[in-house]
This record gives sequence, C-alpha cells and structure tokens, in this order.
Amino acid sequence: MTSDCVGHYVCTAANINFNVDNLVNGFWQLTIDGLSWGAIYALVAVGYTLVFGVLRLINFAHSEIFMLGMFGAYFALEIILGFKPSGNAYNLGIGLTVVYLGVAALVAMLVSGAAAVGLEVVAYRPLRRRNARGLTFLITAIGMSFVLQEFVHFVLPKILKGFGGSNAQQPIILVQPKTQFTLFSANISNVTIVIVVAAIVLALLTDIALGRTKFGRGIRAVAQDPTTATLMGVSRERIIMTTFLIGGLLAGAAALLYTLKVPQGIIYSGGFLLGIKAFSAAVLGGIGNLRGALLGGLILGIMENYGQAFFGTQWRDVVAFVLLVLVLLIRPTGILGESLGKARA
Amino acid sequence: MSAQHRNDGRARYLLAPGDQIRQWWDQQSRPAKWCFGVFVFILVAYLPLHTPSFLNTPGISFGGTMAQFAMVAIIAIGLNVVVGQAGLLDLGYVGFYAVGAYTVALLTSPDSPWNQVGVNGFLDKDWAWLACVPLAMAVTAMAGLVLGIPTLRLRGDYLAIVTLGFGEIIRLLADNLSDLTNGARGLNQIAYPRVGENAALPNGVFSSGNSAGQANYGTWWFWLGLALMVGILLLVGNLERSRVGRAWVAIREDEDAAEVMGVNTFKFKLWAFVIGAGIGGLSGALYAGQVQYVAPPTFNIINSMLFLCAVVLGGQGNKLGVILGAFIIVYLPNRLLGVHVLGINLGDLKYLFFGLALVVLMIFRPQGLFPVRQQLLAYGKSARRLLRNADESKAAA
Amino acid sequence: MRSRVARNALAVGSAGLIVFGVAGCSQSDPKQSGAAGSNLKIVEQVQIDENGAEIKAAGGATPADPAGDGKATCPPVSIAMAGALNGPDAALGINIKNGVQLAIDKHNAANPGCQVTLKTFDTEGDPQKATGIAPQIVDDKFTIGLVGPAFSGETKATGTVFDQAGLVAATASATNVTLSENGWKTFFRGLANDGVQGPSVANYLKNTLKYKKVCVVDDSTDYGLGLATAVRTTLGPVADSACNISVKKGDKDFSAAVTQIKGAAPDAIFYSGYYAEAATFAQQLKDGGVTATFASADGTKDPEFVKQGGEATKGAILSCPCGPASKQFAEEYTKKFGQEPGTYSTEGYDLGTILVKGIDSGAVTRPALLDFVTKYEGQGVARKYQWNNKGELTTNLIWIYKVQ
Repeated sequence: MTSDCVGHYVCTAANINFNVDNLVNGFWQLTIDGLSWGAIYALVAVGYTLVFGVLRLINFAHSEIFMLGMFGAYFALEIILGFKPSGNAYNLGIGLTVVYLGVAALVAMLVSGAAAVGLEVVAYRPLRRRNARGLTFLITAIGMSFVLQEFVHFVLPKILKGFGGSNAQQPIILVQPKTQFTLFSANISNVTIVIVVAAIVLALLTDIALGRTKFGRGIRAVAQDPTTATLMGVSRERIIMTTFLIGGLLAGAAALLYTLKVPQGIIYSGGFLLGIKAFSAAVLGGIGNLRGALLGGLILGIMENYGQAFFGTQWRDVVAFVLLVLVLLIRPTGILGESLGKARA
Repeated sequence: MSAQHRNDGRARYLLAPGDQIRQWWDQQSRPAKWCFGVFVFILVAYLPLHTPSFLNTPGISFGGTMAQFAMVAIIAIGLNVVVGQAGLLDLGYVGFYAVGAYTVALLTSPDSPWNQVGVNGFLDKDWAWLACVPLAMAVTAMAGLVLGIPTLRLRGDYLAIVTLGFGEIIRLLADNLSDLTNGARGLNQIAYPRVGENAALPNGVFSSGNSAGQANYGTWWFWLGLALMVGILLLVGNLERSRVGRAWVAIREDEDAAEVMGVNTFKFKLWAFVIGAGIGGLSGALYAGQVQYVAPPTFNIINSMLFLCAVVLGGQGNKLGVILGAFIIVYLPNRLLGVHVLGINLGDLKYLFFGLALVVLMIFRPQGLFPVRQQLLAYGKSARRLLRNADESKAAA
Repeated sequence: MRSRVARNALAVGSAGLIVFGVAGCSQSDPKQSGAAGSNLKIVEQVQIDENGAEIKAAGGATPADPAGDGKATCPPVSIAMAGALNGPDAALGINIKNGVQLAIDKHNAANPGCQVTLKTFDTEGDPQKATGIAPQIVDDKFTIGLVGPAFSGETKATGTVFDQAGLVAATASATNVTLSENGWKTFFRGLANDGVQGPSVANYLKNTLKYKKVCVVDDSTDYGLGLATAVRTTLGPVADSACNISVKKGDKDFSAAVTQIKGAAPDAIFYSGYYAEAATFAQQLKDGGVTATFASADGTKDPEFVKQGGEATKGAILSCPCGPASKQFAEEYTKKFGQEPGTYSTEGYDLGTILVKGIDSGAVTRPALLDFVTKYEGQGVARKYQWNNKGELTTNLIWIYKVQ
C-alpha cells in the first residue's frame, strides 16, 4: 500500500465511500434503527444535562452509572428471576416477558439511582463543601470513573461469582428480535418497539416531573439561580440529590433497554463510549435543557446511522463527533438552546 | 504538616508540605533559586543510574518510566499554558500529541507514503529525527492555529467539549485514513537520534538495542526530555513574565474585564493555544522517537484526561507544580506493577488505586499540590525588596 | 426533610418488592423448559493447505509433555511472559499467561530438582509501556526465555531489545507479517502469520466450499486488518467490493453493516477480528435475517464466542493455525483455572513447554536456550513446531473448525 502513494503528495483516503445508494435504499431502516439507538442515548443524556444544568458540572462518571445499571439488570435476571444465561432467546410470551423486563428494569434503576446518589455523596459533596473549582470536580469524576470500572473488572468477580471480569457476561436473552411489521420498507422489530415505547413513556414522565411537580420546580429554580432559590426555601442539597437520582434512574432504564439491544454488551468497559456519545447528544440538543437532551439523543442516533451508511461503517464515530463540533461552532447553546433555568425546561 | 485556619469563612485548607515549601522557596533570592534548581536537576538526572529501592519500579524499567515521565511533563507544561495560564479548558490535548508523533512518523517511517528517509527523501538517517522535531512542533502549532481560530470564540465548558470532539476526530482520522497512516497497523521503524554509536551499540544509545543496565535507552531519552524540559520551562517562564503572560492572567481571571481594559483576548487566547500545541507536538516527537512505532490506540480520551489530571494535581498555572503532577500520574501506576501483597497482584488494581488517589487528593487538596498564587507580575522583585527593607528598618527602629 | 425523596424511594422500593414477590411466586418452570444452555461446541473438521485443499491430518503424534522424565536438575532460572494482563485486551493476555503457567507448573511438580519461576509482566498492550518492560526483562539475569510480547505493536517496539540481548522471545499471538522481516534472530512465532492463514482460508472458501460471493469485514485492529487484507487479496473478485466493510473493535451495533450485507446477499461473511465483536455480529446478522455462512479466524475461536453468540453461531466456520486442543489439555486447563482454554492458550502452553524442555536438556543460559529453540522440532498440543531462520514455523497447516 505504500507504493501506490509514493510521489502523490495529496494522498487522501480511498476509505471514504460517499455511497448515496446505500443511504437512499436503506433510508427508512436506518432511520428506525437510529431511533432506537437515539432513544437510549436520549435517556442517558438526560443524566448529563440535568447535572450540568443544576451544577454546571460534566459528570464523566455517569457512563459508569449506566454500566452498573446493566449489571443490575443482569443480576435481576439471573439471580432474582433465575434465568440461566445461554445466548439463546427464551420467548416466553408477551405478558410474562413484560413483567420480567419490568422487574429487571426496576432493579437496574434502583442500582443506578443508588450509585448516582452515592457518587454525589461520596465524591462531589465534599468538594462542594470546600468550595472547589470546576476543574476539580472533573478530575474527581475521572477518578470515580476509574474506580467504578476497575471495581467491576477485578473486585466484583470476587464478591459475586460470575459477575464482572475481563469478558462480557454471557447474555440472557428474553426476547428474540423479530420483525413485527414493516413500515415504508423498514422492518420494525419487537425490540425496537419496546425500546422506543419505554423511552417515550420515561421521557414524558420526566418532563412532567420536571415541569409540574414541586421538586421539578426546585430543580429549575436551583439551575436558574442557586442563591435566590435557597433564599426562597429550596434546599439545595436535596435538589442536587434528586437531580442525580433522576439521572441515575433514567440511566438504569437505558441500561436495561441496551441489554435488550446488545445482550453481549454487559462488560465493565461497556459504558464508556456510550457515555461520550450521550454527552455529545446532550450538548447537541442544548446542555442544561431536558427536551434538548432527548432531541439531541434522537438526532445523534439517526445521523450516526446515516453517516455510517453514506461514508462507510468505520466513520460512524467520526460523524458523531463532527456533528458535535459543528453544532458547537455554529450554535453553541445547542439546537434547542434554552437552559434548564428558563421557564420552559 | 501543620493545620491553619483561615478566617475568611471559607473552608479550611490543610497547610500541606506544598505550602511550606512554597513559603521557603519564596524567600530565596534569584541566584539561590537557580543554584537549587541546578542541584535538583542533577539529582533527578542521576536518579535512574542509582535508584533507591523504595523508588524503584520492579515490574518495569525505571529509566523507561522516567522517559515516559519526561514526555508527560512536557505535555503538562504545554497544557498548563492553555489550561492553567490562559484558563482555556482543553480536553482534547492528546490530539496535539498525536499530530506531533504522526508528523515524525509520516516523515521517517518506511511504511509511510511520505517517507523522506532513504533513497528518495531529503532527510539523512542520522539527523532525521532531530530535523523532524522543529517540523513536528511547527505542524502541531499550525494545527493549533487551525483548531483555535473557529473554536476560541467559545467559552468555558463549550470549549472543553469542542476540544474533546477534536481530539477524538484526530485519532479516528489516523485510524481510518489507512492509506496514509497505515491505520491500526501503525507506522514502524521511526527514526531516532543516532548518538554514541560504537561496537557494542551499533545503533547508538537512543536505540532500543541499548537496554542493558541502568543507562539504558529509557534513561537516555529521559535525559534528552529533561534537557528539553528545561528549555521549555525557560521559554514559558519568559512568556509568563512578559506582556503575553500578564494578558493570559487577565483573561483567566475575568475575560470580559480584560477585553474592556484593551487586551485583545482572542489573539492572546490563540497564542496560548498555538504555543501549547507546539509544546505538545514536541512531546509527540519524543514519543515517536522513543517507541519507534506509532499507532492510533495510544491517543485516546483517557490519556487526555490523564494529562489534565497531571495539570490539576500539580497545581494549575504553576509550571513547576505540573511537573510534579506528571510524575505522580506516570509513576504511581508503574510503581504498583509486579507488586504482590497478600497474594493479590497489585498491578491488576493499579487503576483502582489511582482513581482512589485522584478522588482523595481532590477532596483534601482541591487546588492542587502547588497552586499558583496571586503575585505582582511586574516589579514584583523590587516590591518585595522594598517591603523587606521596610520590615527590617521597622524592626531596627 | 428528605421526606419527599424518601417517600418516593420507599414507594418505588415497595412496588419493586411486590413485583418480585409476584414474579417469584408465579415462577412455574417455563424458564427451565425455555432455551437451555446451548450445547454448541467448536469442533474440528479438517486441515487445509495454502490452496484451501483438504489434506489428511497427520496421525496424532503425542504432544510434548512439560513434565519430561522427572529427573531434571537445573539452577534457579525463570521464564518471562509479557502481554496485556490489564486493560481492554486483558482476556487474550491472560489466556497466554495461563497456558505458560500450566506448562511450568506441570514441569515443576514433576521435577523437584528443577524449579523454574514464571515472571509475568503486564504491558497493557501499550507499545510505550512495552519499551519500558523489555529492558526490565532483559536486565534480570535469571530470565533466560520469554513468551511474548502478545501483540504485534508491542513486538514491533521491542524486538530489537531482545535481539540485542540474545533472549529468545517466542510470541504466542502476534501475527503481523512484517515482524519476521526485521532480521531478529530471537524472534519466534508460535503460530502462522496473517500471510499464511489469510490465503489458506480464502482459498478454502473460494475453491473448496465454492462460494461465489463473500463479504469481508475487518475490525480495524492490527490483527483484523492484516488478516482481512490477505483474505481480500486472495479472494479477488469473490470478495464483493460492495460489502467491503470496516467496523471498529468495541462496536456493539452492526445494523448498518447488516443492512449492507443483506443488500449484497453473499454466500458467506468473513469476519476478521476477535470473539467479542464476532459474537455480537453473528447474533445481529441472524436477527437481521441473513442466512449466509459466518466465517472467521483464530481471534474468534474462543469458547466465549459460542457462549455469547448462542444459537446464532451454529454452523459458523472458524479457521485457526492451531490444532484441536487435546481433551487432556482442556481438562487440565479447566481444572486449574476454572475456565476453558481460550484463544492462544494452547500456543502459550506449547511455547512454555518448549522452553522448559530446553531447560531440562541442560540449556540454562540465554545463548544455549536460543540455540535449543532454533533447532527444536517437536509436536505440541496445537501443531508441530519447527522454525526457519526467520522465526516462522516451517509447517503451516490451517485447521478448519465448525460450531456444531
């Protein structure tokens, strides 16, 4: 491969395809697949965006919260419900499957929520007490990210046999992905339906929670102006814990949905890249903006898929980051732009 | 370590060894500081030759660890210019490291289509690496310019995110443009300085063949890195004390106020970015020469984060402090390699301990080990002398 | 105080408990009757040569036994093992380490007069770390042999070190073709390089199985890209350029690749990469309705591939320069380490065996052991070992396996 480039000074990659056919032929399928990925990105992005809105902190350890949620879901399926991992689908019928998935989702959400609150209490609160600067929080987040990953990598196998370690967990597949119906030549599988429906429900619930409930108002108040909010009687510490909790719960739900899509993805390093992408999605939609995070997630999922089809599969991650950079250069506050603190969240 | 309470209602800081050393250091005169510096320099340079056992790394060559430390220290100094002095949060600094390393690799590796060493090229084998270093710095500085112009309009966290994106894009480009960079297979047999060639070491002291004993090639690269580090420190120190440095401090403290006072913030931010990039490129060139093999997986986000950790741990804004931060980042995980306690291989858990160390250090010393302090930037020496004389005359009176 | 949050948490918690109770009580045994653990195994099929033609396997010669005759005596010496024992590729490095350890422990148990120490060095798969570790290995007077480094990148960065020190460095897994072209007299490759495996399996797919259209997918790693390039070149027009796909190691979503492959409708798909992504890819291919044969190489031939891919891996064809692990070896390994031997475990065991046999025969210095390995000829668990002057194996027969 060296010889055909010698002498050519502009020797760019023959690695970019510009494959219009691919994009046009698979357009609807790519869109549907992108939507289901986008739903997962969106749910994880909410965690990033809420914490940023309230604390102006990029919580890099959120990807590990997601990862712990995955292990929580697996724990529920294997230990609590007694499924044996096998790499083959169980296919127990819709009713039972939904119940079991619900249980797993609950456990995953509990684990992630607890981990998120624990993270805030152990790592971030002492720093806030000492009035540390923003960069310090970032370093602590990185440190906690290492700690949680390595805990699952090396310590968890000693505590719970069969959990953690260098290899991914042997999958427990409850649902065999099967095309339920076809829409505009795109196959929509049952897994996609579950993911999108669950994500919509959770997104609506969160939107209502943030918009209508008392603690939702508290979150928006603290995001807008912490001092005045405290003067108005809002307990800042409680709000911060609630924020982390909500982010954690959603990350746990996203983790369960992810294990439906990629059953072989439950590994200590499984959260990292997804976390970065979800964070990019949050920025894309407008960091600090709940609806922005949701929209950003969907857009990122879809555009990644289009980019993959058009440029070639190896350009998928580049598309995500280029999108991020472009949005930041053209419209830094993101697509929806408004922050959590404004009247409309 | 004595604890002092500060009465301004803020949180208590433990007066760590850093502060006591700092107070002692401030009282020294300039020539004394230089003498001390030379002494420390010689001591540190001598360390790999006779490493005390508590410092030695059993699982990995101490010279190699110190070579890596020198490279990360140079990066930390460069990143300090961007993050610590100008206050620009850069999360994708590893991209500049990559550009520097790949520049040297593309120009000197036989696997590269732009190879200039050998029959067709204009680089002579013995001087190839040395000639490529200023080229690498220039190209990386150019990359910094290209990256900085569109992005430096952004503030704070947005700049951080954009630089994170760019860092990853650079790595992914190196991975995907495999006709140019050989993709994941990497570029091999990169040139290195040919010094000290003799019968026992046909390729010189910097080649990987020199691996016996304490003065192995890791140690030699460490010495080279140390020498370059001193040069960079002088350069950055001069910048700090000049108009440029004062502009950076102004921008860091309050960009709007600086703009109002007539500081061309965009120009100086760009300068910080470009200079930081150039220094990163220098370190990349060192890396390419030492390992003699460059491939994309090395230049990942985790390393960007680690470089940032080095700067924050050492004390942002303090060019000597970040060197210590770099030492901690490089040394701690390597110290645990091959250490067995109670039957557990601590080397496995090294990143666990490292993460814990980061968290604990940030809780107890969030400003870093040697934080930068407010001080008069102009006429500081004469002001201090004036005050000291005033004190003495008061004491005499 | 925290009443609101606590109340909500309590509500969620009790709801959860109720659901558990309901779910637990309603546990009839549909789970047990559902898909039980699959009984799929990777089973050897046939040996092939560079043209893909099937050849009769040579009669099963007994693999060398590290225990030897039990009467060996030697001064205290050690064998080093360097590879990624930590980090994302740790699984592969640990497989090799376990193989070497099994060989050395068997030897030490049988030969009380000769105790060989195993020294492991973790490079994390990072070439820069490897350059720091190589001098450490070389500096240790007692180390007279090395199994490693594990990856091609690390080997590229450190080969000169071992060459200059005269320390025999036998790698169990680095397959990059250019490694043996550096003139290192201490480099020995314990398996066939990409330049041999690639054409063999490509010819097998093309000539023996007579596939007319094959999609070649690589994972953008050193190993994957190298092998895929060799396969693509040998397949020629059979490798459909419309589905010439590169994914990234660590990717979990292959839907775009699946769509593209479905559109191209090949006879077979060759995946050049490691087992984790291969399992996910095979599963998503099956879910996407692609019925073509899934083919891959030694990076995928690991029990984890079947564990994680399940039924989707049924019928997959895997090539490997390694011979089938004997039942005895697999049992000993599983007993000792609690998991089945994985990719490169057999190579680690065989190379460790060769080194301790050298020590047993009296080669207790670096030049002597180097000489022993250079002239060695013998059967191992995976294959016959004999090296040419470049450090490549002289007999390079590829085995084809099938998941069934």
